[in-house]
Parts: sequence; structure tokens; C-alpha cells
Amino acid sequence: MDMSPLWISLKTALAATAVAFILGITVAKAVSAYQGKLRSLLDGILILPLVLPPTVVGFLLLVLFGRSGPLGQLLALLGTTVIFTWSATVIASAVVAFPLIYRTALGAFEQVDPDLLDAARTMGVPERTIFARITVPLAWPGIAAGTILAFARALGEFGATLMLAGNIPGKTQTIPLAIFFLVESGQRARAVIWVLVIIVISLVAITGLQYWTNHQYQAHAPRAKEGKYGSLS
Amino acid sequence: MTFKWMLMMKKANLCITAFLLVILLAGCGVDSQPPALQPVTEQENGQEEITPQTLTVSAAASLTDVMEEIKGFYEEKTVHTLVMNYGSSGALQQQIEQGAPADVFISAAQRQMDVLQEEGLILAESRVDLLENKVVLIIPVAGDNKEITDFNSLTTDSLKLLAIGEPESVPAGRYAKEVLSSLGIWKKLEEKCVLGKDVRQVLTYVETGNVDAGIVYMTDALTSEKVKIAATAPAGSHTPVTYPAAIVRGTSVLQVAEDFMAYLQSNEVAEIFERHGFTFIAGR
Repeated sequence: MDMSPLWISLKTALAATAVAFILGITVAKAVSAYQGKLRSLLDGILILPLVLPPTVVGFLLLVLFGRSGPLGQLLALLGTTVIFTWSATVIASAVVAFPLIYRTALGAFEQVDPDLLDAARTMGVPERTIFARITVPLAWPGIAAGTILAFARALGEFGATLMLAGNIPGKTQTIPLAIFFLVESGQRARAVIWVLVIIVISLVAITGLQYWTNHQYQAHAPRAKEGKYGSLS
Repeated sequence: MTFKWMLMMKKANLCITAFLLVILLAGCGVDSQPPALQPVTEQENGQEEITPQTLTVSAAASLTDVMEEIKGFYEEKTVHTLVMNYGSSGALQQQIEQGAPADVFISAAQRQMDVLQEEGLILAESRVDLLENKVVLIIPVAGDNKEITDFNSLTTDSLKLLAIGEPESVPAGRYAKEVLSSLGIWKKLEEKCVLGKDVRQVLTYVETGNVDAGIVYMTDALTSEKVKIAATAPAGSHTPVTYPAAIVRGTSVLQVAEDFMAYLQSNEVAEIFERHGFTFIAGR
């Protein structure tokens, strides 16, 4: 049996989670600092990929990245293309996974006690250090939960992937795509194997998350509260 | 699921007399039905009132345009409503196996119909080879790739991606694979192949220029002005592309289904099929 869908799926989900993690945290930090009028709209737009049908996300990405799309033409000038490549599977998965990290990180940042941050400021701690040493550790359980959910979502991405990355066995065919085409061609037994594989991976990720966040919450958060930042100055 | 529900709701909404009649008709054997072309009438109470019925036709995606036209003519001619369900023949076969409420099935290949016949899910005596199609190589008009002129030229380096249907589930894909295999270039091209979930998707991939070439049916190529036919598959490079049609066993509107099957084989419809690039072979 061809195992390539498993490796492609894992590689894609990991890469997409990494991209969504960096973007999600950065954007969440920017949005948490912004209190303007357009905040609700901005927030809505950033969460949109989570609630839109994947085919809509796929269509929009196709319009953007297709050979006649603005980004597609830009990339063509640089002599490259993402459509129907492995990068496309990462883009599709990262876009749908992004809101999960963004939203949980934003929520977690906003629950950090502002007095703690002000206390650090009175000690002359630079903002960047405050973010890295106080905000992120305190928000960590939320961020971690969002990251695992994003990983699971990236692993399961189907609609947008099929539209943007196509179905190329050994290159862009992830487990969900393999399952779809196996069922279509009536190869149920093989489809069942992949169904079980993806259930196991997702279940491990989600239960792992439960244990890990419990552990993190007990171990990490109180420690930061109990004056670890005192040693910063 | 939603589709199924919609159909169920529609059926539930039909008036009770029609429903009773439907059950009566479904109970009758095929042979006992007159090969009539006239619509179903309410015979019990002696009235000549025509009862409108809804006939669900599952048709291969490559038939989309021509069937839409035929649907228009048929609905004008009779009181019945056609609900068209398009998809890859493989998907449609699966739906029928899962009990989807299809009344007539038109497949783009014999294999799906064979499987359903073996499983006893279609009325074997109603099965007929309706159409024949050709397999062609298409390229985007916009790209103007002069290097791709026939199937053998697909091995050129300027071809980065070739779109075909997924060979296991999409008949157009299986024919494409047969053509490439018979020319001895399948192994070389295999990893450049983007496998579409149906033939329409392959056409879209080529239309948008996101792939350099694609293999579709002649009839699909003719529907688009954005693609150019570079070559027609040589005779004998693939099994003939024939479209069988049959009535699904257990249909609740058997007489309408028979009426529609007869209509599909009439000369009136033959002309429409031929205009769309099909070769009409029913009864010839």
C-alpha cells in the first residue's frame, strides 16, 4: 500500500501549523493592541476562513494564486507557481487553520492581567521582553490549545486543498484526498485504513492536548505570577 | 445527504392519489407495462388528468450540457419534472448503491453499469447503449503552447502538468490512461498528472491555464472556447467510449422512467446529441 498520503499529510499539517502559529500570534498581538472602531470587522475577517465553506476558501485562493490571478502572475514573474504543488497544500491548510490559533491567542492575551504588564513596565522592561517573558507564558495554555486544534484542522483539510493543490498522488494527495478518491472508486477496504489512521492521529492530538494543557496550566501559569519577572530587572 | 432530503421532501409533498398510483405502478413488472410514450394518467377514477411526476436522472458529468437541453424539451413536451444529478459515473454508482433515489442512470462507461447490473440494482432489460464519444487532448487557447501537437508530444519538457480524470473513479481518466499506456508514455507522465474528480474539473483546469494540457471527451472540449483540441486519440488506443443508460430498480415512477428512456432513443433527441458532438448509437 502506498504510504505517501500519510507523509504528505503530516508534512503539510506540521508546516501549515508552523505558518499559522507565527502569523496567528503576530496578528493576535497586533489586534489585541488595537481598540479602534473597525476592530469587530477586522476580527470577523480574520475568523472568516474558519466559518466559510472550504470550497469558498479554495475558490478564493484559486482566484488569487491561479495563473491569471494577481498573486499567481506575480509568482510567475519570479519563475514559480504554487498551484498544484505541495506548497499549495500548505497554503490551503494554513489559511483554514489560522483562525483557530489567532482566536485562541487573542482571547488568551486579553485575559492576561494588565497590572502584571504595568508592573514590568515600571521596572523598565522593554515591551518585546514583556511580550516574550510575561504575556506569552501566561497565555500559553490558550495558545497551545489553539495550536493543537489548528494542527488537527490542517490535517483534515480537504475542500480548499483539492481546489488549490489538485490531486497528484505522491505530491499533493493527502489522506483526506486519498479517502475521497478511494471511496469514489469503490475501494472501501483501503479507504477504511486511512479513515482509521486519521482518527488515531486526531484523537492522539486532541487527548494529548487535554493532558498537556492541564499540566501546563498547573506548572506554568502560577510560576509566572509568582514573580518570575522580578528577576528580569 | 441534503440532496436526498430535498428529494424525500418533494416526494412527500406529492398528492396522495399520485402516491398511491406510484405504488401501484412500482408493483407492476416491466413486461406488463405498455411501451407507451404517453404520460401517466389517473386511470382509477376514469379521468384523463395527467399526474405530474418527478423523475430523478443521475447522469455522467460529461452529459451536463446536452442533458440540460434535453430536459428543457422533455419538460415542455410532458407534464413531468426532471431532476438532474450530475457527477462522475463512479460517484453516481456509489450513490445508487447507497440507495439514493435515482430513477434513471446514464453512465459514461460500461463498468459502473456492469457493477450495478451484477448487484441487481438496475433493470437489465431496460439497459441500452445510447451514445459514443471521442477522447481528445486539449490545451488552453491563452497559453498558445506550440509544442503540444499530439499525444506523443506530451513528453516535452514544456509540459509541467497534465490534467486527467482520476483513473479509478472517472471513466474519462481511465480512457486517458489507456491512451497514454498504449502509446507507452504513461510511466513518464504519471507524476505530472493532476487527477480531477470528474471530467468537468479537468476541463476547468485547462480553461484556467493552471495546467498545460488535459485529456477530456470531444463533447467537453466543444463546450469551451478557452480550450483548443490538439489531437484526437487514435482509433484502437482505448476501449470505445459508450454511454449506457438504464432504469434503476425500485424506481417509484417506472412508467415515467420508461417513457423518458424511450424519449432518449428517439430521433428527436438524436439530433440534439449529435449537435453536442456525441455519436448517437441507440438502436443502430
